[in-house]
Amino acid sequence: MLSRVADSIYWLNRYVERAENIARFINANVNLILDSPTGVAQQWEPLVLTTGDLPVFQDRYGEATAENVIQFLTFDRDNANSIISCLRSARENARSIREIISSEMWEQVNTFYFMVQDAAEGQATFEPQHFFKEVKLASHLFAGVMDATMTHNEGWHFGQMGRFLERADKTARILDVKYFLLLPSVKDVGTTLDELQWMGLLRSASAYEMYRKCQHRITPTGVAEFLILDREFPRSIRFCLMQAERSLHQITGSSPGTWSSPAERSLGRLRSELDYLSIEEIVQMGLHECLNDLQQQIYGVGNNIFETFFALKPIS
Amino acid sequence: MQFYTYDPADFYDELFVAKGQPRPDATLLIERINGLPPEELQRRQQVAQQALLKLGATFNVYGDNRGTERIFPFDVIPRVVSAQEWTEMEKGLKQRIYALNCFIADIYDAQKIVTDGVIPLELITSAKGFLKPCIGLKPPGGIWCHITGTDLVRDKDGQWYVLEDNLRCPSGVSYVLENRRVMKSSFPKLFETIAIRPVDDYPSHLLETLLNLAPANLADPTVVVLTPGIYNSAYFEHSFLAQQMGVQLVEGRDLVVADGYLQMRTTKGLQRVDVIYRRIDDDFIDPLVFRSDSTLGIPGLTEVYRNRRVAIANALGTGVADDKVIYAYVPEMIRYYLKEDPILQNVPTYLCWEEKQLNHVLANLDKLVVKCANESGGYGMLVGPHATQSQREEFAQLIKANPRNYIAQPTLCLSRVPTIIGDRFEGCHVDLRPYILYGKDIYVHPGGLTRVALKKGSLVVNSSQGGGSKDTWVLAN
Repeated sequence: MLSRVADSIYWLNRYVERAENIARFINANVNLILDSPTGVAQQWEPLVLTTGDLPVFQDRYGEATAENVIQFLTFDRDNANSIISCLRSARENARSIREIISSEMWEQVNTFYFMVQDAAEGQATFEPQHFFKEVKLASHLFAGVMDATMTHNEGWHFGQMGRFLERADKTARILDVKYFLLLPSVKDVGTTLDELQWMGLLRSASAYEMYRKCQHRITPTGVAEFLILDREFPRSIRFCLMQAERSLHQITGSSPGTWSSPAERSLGRLRSELDYLSIEEIVQMGLHECLNDLQQQIYGVGNNIFETFFALKPIS
Repeated sequence: MQFYTYDPADFYDELFVAKGQPRPDATLLIERINGLPPEELQRRQQVAQQALLKLGATFNVYGDNRGTERIFPFDVIPRVVSAQEWTEMEKGLKQRIYALNCFIADIYDAQKIVTDGVIPLELITSAKGFLKPCIGLKPPGGIWCHITGTDLVRDKDGQWYVLEDNLRCPSGVSYVLENRRVMKSSFPKLFETIAIRPVDDYPSHLLETLLNLAPANLADPTVVVLTPGIYNSAYFEHSFLAQQMGVQLVEGRDLVVADGYLQMRTTKGLQRVDVIYRRIDDDFIDPLVFRSDSTLGIPGLTEVYRNRRVAIANALGTGVADDKVIYAYVPEMIRYYLKEDPILQNVPTYLCWEEKQLNHVLANLDKLVVKCANESGGYGMLVGPHATQSQREEFAQLIKANPRNYIAQPTLCLSRVPTIIGDRFEGCHVDLRPYILYGKDIYVHPGGLTRVALKKGSLVVNSSQGGGSKDTWVLAN
C-alpha cells in the first residue's frame, strides 16, 4: 500500500487515541481535586507538564488555573495536542484516505469532530464531566467501527499499531501524573488521601475495577505493576506493545522473535524487556525514571516506523 | 405539486412545448409526477438531498476558509433527451473530438494547419495552454485528449451550441453517477416504465480507456489517479473515481522518478506506475519543466513521459485547445482534417485580435458576453446586458490592453427545465456537459451533467457560483 496512505491511517488512529487520553487526563484531575481536602491548592500544572507542553503553555497563558489548563488542552486550536486539534488532524487524515477506509469509519470521525466543534462553540453550557465522557465513548466507537467494518488487512494493522503505541505512551504519562502531584506533606504518604489519588489514577485509565479483581489492595507498586506490566489489561503498557508488535509482524510478514527492520528490532526489544522486568526493578530504578525511559523508547519506535515505512527515499 | 399551472413562457423548455402541453418524450414523466400525492414530490426531493449529503458528494470552494465543503444542490425533475436527438449529438461530439485530437497532434508536430494557412501561428503560440516542451511528443496511439467534458447549451430556437470543449481535466462526472443512484432509489417506478439509458458503467469505460494506454506487453499494468489533494475543489470526485475503478489515488508526493521510471512509494518499497489519470493542470505537474514553484507535481515526470515509459491522460499540452480563440477555429479544423461539415455548431464568436471585430465588440458591449480566452468556471467574464456601465468600461479597457486575450459572443437565451423552487415549479436555465472517452474508439457517455442556474433568471450554472444539477435522461428509443 502507498506509504502516505499507511501513514495517514496510522496517524488517524493515533490522533483519535490521543484525544481520548487527554480527556482521561483531565477527567482524572477533576476527580482528584474533588477528593482533596478543602484548603489544599488545586494542582493543574502537572497536567501540562506530563503532556510535555509546559513552556508553550506558560508563554501563552501564564498561571495554571483550572480554566486555563482545560481551555489549553481541550479547545485551543493553536495547541497541536488539544482535543480539538487532534480531531481536526484525525479528520484530515481520514479525508485523504476515504477510498481506503470504510465509509462508517469516515462518518464516525466526522461526527466526532463536529461534536467537539459544537462543544467549543457553545462553551457557556460546557459541562466538563459529561463532555470528557462523550469524547472517550466516541473514541471507543471509532475503534469498534474500524474493527467491525474494515478488512483486517495491512492498512488496518497500521491503524492498530498507531493506536496501541499512542496508548502505551499515554498510559505511561497518566501514571506519571502522580509523580508530579504533591501531597500536602511527606507524612501524608500512605494515608487515605494518597490512596484516593491512586484510585483516581486507576479510574482515569478505566483500570480501577479490573485492578481490584486481580490485586485487591491498593498500593503504589501494585498500581504501577498493573498499568505497566499486566499481560491482559488492554491499557497496560506491556499489553499495548504486544499488540503493536503483533500488527507490525503481520505487516512485514517476518516471524515473531526475528527482525528485518529497525522498527521490528526496537519494538521487539522493548516488548521483551517488559516481559522480563519485575516491579522490584522498576521501584529500584525509580518509577518516574522508568516511565521516562519507556516514553523515550516508544518515541524511538515511532521514529523507526516512520523511517521504515513512510519516509521512503529512492536511491540516487 | 403539479404541472397544470407551469408556463414555459417565451423560452425553449426541455420538457414542455407550451403551457399544459408536455413534449412527447416527457409526457409519461409529467403524468407520473402529476399523479403523486400532494407534498410527495417535495418529500422525495428532501430525501434525495439528504442521501447525497450522506454519500459525501461534496465540493470545496476556493477562497473560503471556513466550512469548505458543500453539497452540489440537486433537483429531482430530470432533463429528458430523446433518442434521435442523442444520436445526432453523439455523432457531432465524436466528429469534434476526432478533429481536436488531429489538431493537437498536428501543432505539436508538423503544424500543417499553420502552413496551409488555416490558423495563424501566433495565435497558437500565444495560447496559454500551448506548451513548447510538448513539441515532438508522441503519446501512445497518437491520442491526446482521452477524457473530454464538452459544454453545450441550447438557444431559444432549440438549436444546440458548443460553448467550451474542456480538454484538460473536466470534472463533474461523479455527480452524474451519484445523481442517478439517488434518482433510482427516489423514483424506482419511473425507471421501470421509461427506458432510460444507464450511466453506471462509466468507471469501466474510463478504466478501459486508461488501460489502452499501457504498453501492450504488460500483463497487469498499474493505473493511478493523480490528485492535488484534499483541498482541491473536486477531491471528492478523484477519490470516488479511484474507488470505483479500484485503482490507487495518489498525490504528487507519493510519486518519484527512479531508474528512469515513474514509481510510487509503498510500504513494500517502490512500485512502477504505468498510466496516470491526472487531475492536476499541466502547469503544476513537473516543476523541472513547468512552474518551478509547484509542490504538487513530480520532478522529472516529463522526461519519463517523453521516453514513453509512462502514459498520461490527458496528454500534456491539450490545454491549447481550451483557449477560447482556438475554440473559434474548431469548425475550420473539422473541415480541414476531416473534409466534413461540422455537425455541432459553435456559438458565433468575435475575436478581438482582429481590428474589425474588436470595434464591433467595443460598440456592442451591452449586448455581448465577453470572455477571457484562458479562464474557465465562469470567472473572468462580462455578461453585457446584466452589467453596469462602469463594469463595461472596465472591461473595454482590459480588452483594448490585450485584445488577443478576449472574445465576445452574443448573449444566448439558454433553454429551461422546470425546477422545484420552494413550493412551486419555475423554469430554470440549464446547460449540458456530456463526457467523451477516447480509447480504442471514441465513446460518448449517454447523458452527462445537466447544470441548472438556481438563482432566478441567472444564466450562470457553475457549481462555484450557485448552480445545481439534475439527472439527465437519454431515452433508449
